[in-house]
Amino acid sequence: MSGKLSIEDIREKLAGRTGEQYWRSLDELADTEEFRSAMQNEFPTDAPVWEDPVSRRRFLHLMGASIALAGLSSCVKQPDEKILPYVKQPEYLIPGKPLTFASAFTMSGFATGVLVTSHMGRPTKIQGNPDHPASLGAADTFSMASILHLYDPDRSQVVRRNGEITTLDKFLAQLSGALDAQKALGGSGLRILTGTVTSPTLAWQIESLLKEYPKAKWHRYEPAGIANEREGSRLAFGEAAQAIYNFEKADVVFSLDADFIAEGPAHLKYAREFSERRRVRGAKANINRLYCAESFPTVTGSVADHRLPVRASRITDFANRLAAVLGVDGAPSSQLSDGEEAWITAVADDLKAHRGASVVIAGAYQPPSVHALVHGINEALGNVGTTVSFVRPAEFDPDPAGSSMTALIEDIAKGQVDLLVIAGGNPVYDAPAELQFADAIEKVGMSVSLNIYNDETANACGWHVPESHYLEAWGDARAFDGTASIVQPLIAPLYNTMSVYELLAEMTLRSGKKGYEIVREYWKDHSMKSAGAADGDFESFWNRSLNDGVVPGTASPAMAARFRGTEVIVAAWKAPDAWKSGSPVRISFPGSEVEVMFRADPTIGDGRFANNGWLQELPKPITKLTWDNAAFVSPSLADSIGVHDEEIVLIEVNGARCLIPALILPGHPPDSITLHLGYGRSHAGRVGNGAGVNIYPLRFSTTASWATASIVRTGQYSKLARTQDHHSMEGRPIVRSATVTEFETDPKFAREMSHVPTKAESLYPGHEYDGYKWGMSIDLNSCTGCNACVIACQSENNIPVAGKDQVLNGREMHWIRIDRYYSGDLDNPDIHSQPVACMHCENAPCEPVCPVSATSHDSEGLNVMVYNRCVGTRYCSNNCPYKVRRFNFLQYSDVEHPTVQMMQNPDVTVRNRGVMEKCTYCVQRISAARIDAKKEDRSIRDGDVVTACQSACPAQAIVFGDLNDPLSEVSKAKSQPRDYGLLAELNTSPRTSYLARLTNPNPALGGAEKGREG
Amino acid sequence: MAQIFHPSMKVVSRASIILAVIVVLVLGVIGGAMYRSGYTTNVGNPREQIVPFSHEHHVNGLGISCGYCHTSVEKSAFAGIPPTHTCMTCHSQIWNTAPILEPVRESYRTGKPLEWIRVHDLPDFAYFNHSIHVNKGVGCQTCHGRVDKMPLTWSVNTLHMSWCLDCHRAPEKYVRPKSEIYSMTWTPGPDQLAEGKKIVDENHIKTKQLSDCSVCHR
Repeated sequence: MSGKLSIEDIREKLAGRTGEQYWRSLDELADTEEFRSAMQNEFPTDAPVWEDPVSRRRFLHLMGASIALAGLSSCVKQPDEKILPYVKQPEYLIPGKPLTFASAFTMSGFATGVLVTSHMGRPTKIQGNPDHPASLGAADTFSMASILHLYDPDRSQVVRRNGEITTLDKFLAQLSGALDAQKALGGSGLRILTGTVTSPTLAWQIESLLKEYPKAKWHRYEPAGIANEREGSRLAFGEAAQAIYNFEKADVVFSLDADFIAEGPAHLKYAREFSERRRVRGAKANINRLYCAESFPTVTGSVADHRLPVRASRITDFANRLAAVLGVDGAPSSQLSDGEEAWITAVADDLKAHRGASVVIAGAYQPPSVHALVHGINEALGNVGTTVSFVRPAEFDPDPAGSSMTALIEDIAKGQVDLLVIAGGNPVYDAPAELQFADAIEKVGMSVSLNIYNDETANACGWHVPESHYLEAWGDARAFDGTASIVQPLIAPLYNTMSVYELLAEMTLRSGKKGYEIVREYWKDHSMKSAGAADGDFESFWNRSLNDGVVPGTASPAMAARFRGTEVIVAAWKAPDAWKSGSPVRISFPGSEVEVMFRADPTIGDGRFANNGWLQELPKPITKLTWDNAAFVSPSLADSIGVHDEEIVLIEVNGARCLIPALILPGHPPDSITLHLGYGRSHAGRVGNGAGVNIYPLRFSTTASWATASIVRTGQYSKLARTQDHHSMEGRPIVRSATVTEFETDPKFAREMSHVPTKAESLYPGHEYDGYKWGMSIDLNSCTGCNACVIACQSENNIPVAGKDQVLNGREMHWIRIDRYYSGDLDNPDIHSQPVACMHCENAPCEPVCPVSATSHDSEGLNVMVYNRCVGTRYCSNNCPYKVRRFNFLQYSDVEHPTVQMMQNPDVTVRNRGVMEKCTYCVQRISAARIDAKKEDRSIRDGDVVTACQSACPAQAIVFGDLNDPLSEVSKAKSQPRDYGLLAELNTSPRTSYLARLTNPNPALGGAEKGREG
Repeated sequence: MAQIFHPSMKVVSRASIILAVIVVLVLGVIGGAMYRSGYTTNVGNPREQIVPFSHEHHVNGLGISCGYCHTSVEKSAFAGIPPTHTCMTCHSQIWNTAPILEPVRESYRTGKPLEWIRVHDLPDFAYFNHSIHVNKGVGCQTCHGRVDKMPLTWSVNTLHMSWCLDCHRAPEKYVRPKSEIYSMTWTPGPDQLAEGKKIVDENHIKTKQLSDCSVCHR
């Protein structure tokens, strides 16, 4: 759909609607002829199954040939298969049984504990580590998808010199020579560039290197890190501190542009705690309240009770006004409009009413002054010590000012840098635009890039050394609270690669010391005692740390952070900086100025995950865009400049330009544009190259979060693959929600919204289930729409990536999808997320239409899919009201690359072309639990079967278990009054049911009646 | 317009139709026979291996039990093929210079695994689990035959789905007491159906569930 619709028309239509007010997209609201015809087909009309025009005669030719070939191919004998036993079998390994090891995944330096499943030596699945403070058992999309990088056929496999293949020995000889020269100079020409370093071992190695080369310098750069937060704590307290929030104790939360549920090193913990406070059992709801003023519709905003779209630079005004209303001494003054003033006053009143039980939190893209002021606000609210505490930062960060990227470029320009080692990171792609990193690198005598990809930086550097993946190399890292984990490898390096620890060892010791020895040496000689282990007991300390995935006693000590007052903040705020707030930018188009906001992409991050097919194809939260970034604009801004969906716009910032398709996003602040970083890679690999538009050339170090830009329409269009309208359910009561007040007067509101036929009304006899009866309950009140379940499912069930063209045709393969619905007005709608997978209907409409019984019911109520029987008629998918069946139109599964096949879960069939597939309730996990139970002659206990989606969910919104057991968690969830079946009025009797969402609006903001009445 | 075909063509056309039907039927019968034949299923086809390992000698001659080498049969889906070290526990002492065992010694020396040809090869979409079968009273011999009489190993059953279902639908026909799992000589008595029924009940085998697709296919 090119979507040339008028926003005015849509507003009129929306105003004319009564009753249920849920809508999925602007196209749906506009309800154009084009949209209707697209929705009538299961797959869009522009999706020809046969690409070429085919004549009848040609068709017969082909059919004849294929029948003959099909007959012939079935005559071929099954080829011989080999079995290769171990030579010496490890004693802890039972062939055919997976093992699980604890390790840690790092993102921008900070660790999340993971448990990695290994099948006969091949890591196949990553899940969260319940013992790790940053995971608590949950996992996010990045950590789970990182396994794909290990097996990525595009990974760098050889050492290169100026692009030519060479050997590691030659590199080491060259490096040794360069270091000898530096030794004489005291290291004055040596520079090291890394990302954030929390690894105690690496910090120790770098320290020793700097001791050996006293004039050398270590620089750090993160394109989207926590620098603002740290600088804010320095402003507020005079020293860097890590704030840790406890959302479990917070009744009222106010987020100032903070997507704390989906971003940042502690987001899994925060999501867990926040959702815990949204959990409702019974007919009384005592849930927290979230206010959110944000510059882009985020996951956090979508679960807020009150959400206010505000462009990024004006968040400062809200922080200032809040501080003033709450009586923080000397708060900078700011002007808000009358409506905003009323809003912030209501928020302030609510916060004041919950002193010591509230949290105010600022977002990573907000300037240090906002972070500092928020610390003052929390102190004024008495939250410090109850919901907010401070610890020493986990990262090793000496001399933060002198270690910047800018300082490095200045030194290079002065010709002072002879040897530059870039360990990880991709500064040629993501460094601030004005630094011209690629040009600078040419002036360096010997430049080295250590990276797992042969990326932009590797291509610009003289030397490129392939890096080991974290599942291949020993290491360590700290979580946000300082807790250290040993990064434990599960497989020997697939290629001749090196870890950063090994490179540093080469530089300091000039010896090929292995990562294992380095990390062990650090913990044994330097840190075991500080971690609280007894002397001489290193082996048990080490084994315990490896087993648990956390090193005991390494959490950072708490620090008493005292707010220094607002003077410093005011001084910082008054400095001539980009974030300084003025009057709202006047918009008069065409071609005039507007604010652009730069954010890391929600699925591929700052670009480091660009070559990850799972993450590229993952529909981004709220926007539901895949494979691309876009210029997100609000409906009102689109209206005033006349831009349409998918229309390419020219955006110019400070002389730098980019052409990028626009997307109209309801709930986006009216006077800004959001651009996501991470796309437009030129050397990412086959998956990431050419996807989207590179935004980094528009991003300068002084305007890293937002900038003033001009926008011009081009009249050209570019297709964007969005999944928001796929699998539409035609305006039935799908998502159900109510306010807390409405719920308490009518707890069964969700069930009453449709008539569900009873068993007695059905003509057909029901199934009998005398054993287990599997079922699932999804709590929409906890679900945040963070996408973790989608990637968990993809990884567990060998779900292939289809590609942008296929997504455009509605052929994405995810077994579980997150539907996004809006309700309310265009400018600030409520946003609802709903995970939808196969419902395992008891009266499944797909079953009777299958001509070959490839889909059928089993005795435990699973609606099973037998791939080897499926002939691909697609009748089942046609008949499925939930549109959860996925068809392999083409050979999507990668059967070509041996490394990708190593990644597949051996307990799940890899599907071929022409086969239907769908959610199986993780039948392989049920089977494993059943066999274990039967061997012990007992029944499966509640909690023995954890589906992949359930295990990943940070919000614990998904519960799975036996419905025949009245004490199981899932039975308890389903007995809740909020329980309702999706489209249960069709008498499908779905096994998956939902718990309706509740919102807790502030009566002072007139929201008490806003809800299902609409 | 003149007739294109001569009246005699009637006979030819009739004959060709009948012939076509016969050809299709014959092809079908041949195809079916091929599908079931040892040529396709490898039933009764002793497979040549890198080392001509004789189950007959080791099981019958020496009395080594199945579980000594196939260690994970009670614990895992995969019964396990013994690592080279298992062979070498004896063959470092006896027959330690025999030329036919050279591949084993080479594997021991070099650390490279022996490459065996799989004799029982299920399609990849069928998930068979050894442990649950031996734990519930299905003896090794029931599926693998008298390996104690096999100088080279071959399969005695087709592993076709109908063969699996034969037992899954009526396990009482085949189950045996747990004490006899590894026995090569146990034979069902005349009252196997009644005895089997008892074992099915004792072992809590839920026959109804055994023909669910999801039991083997995922």
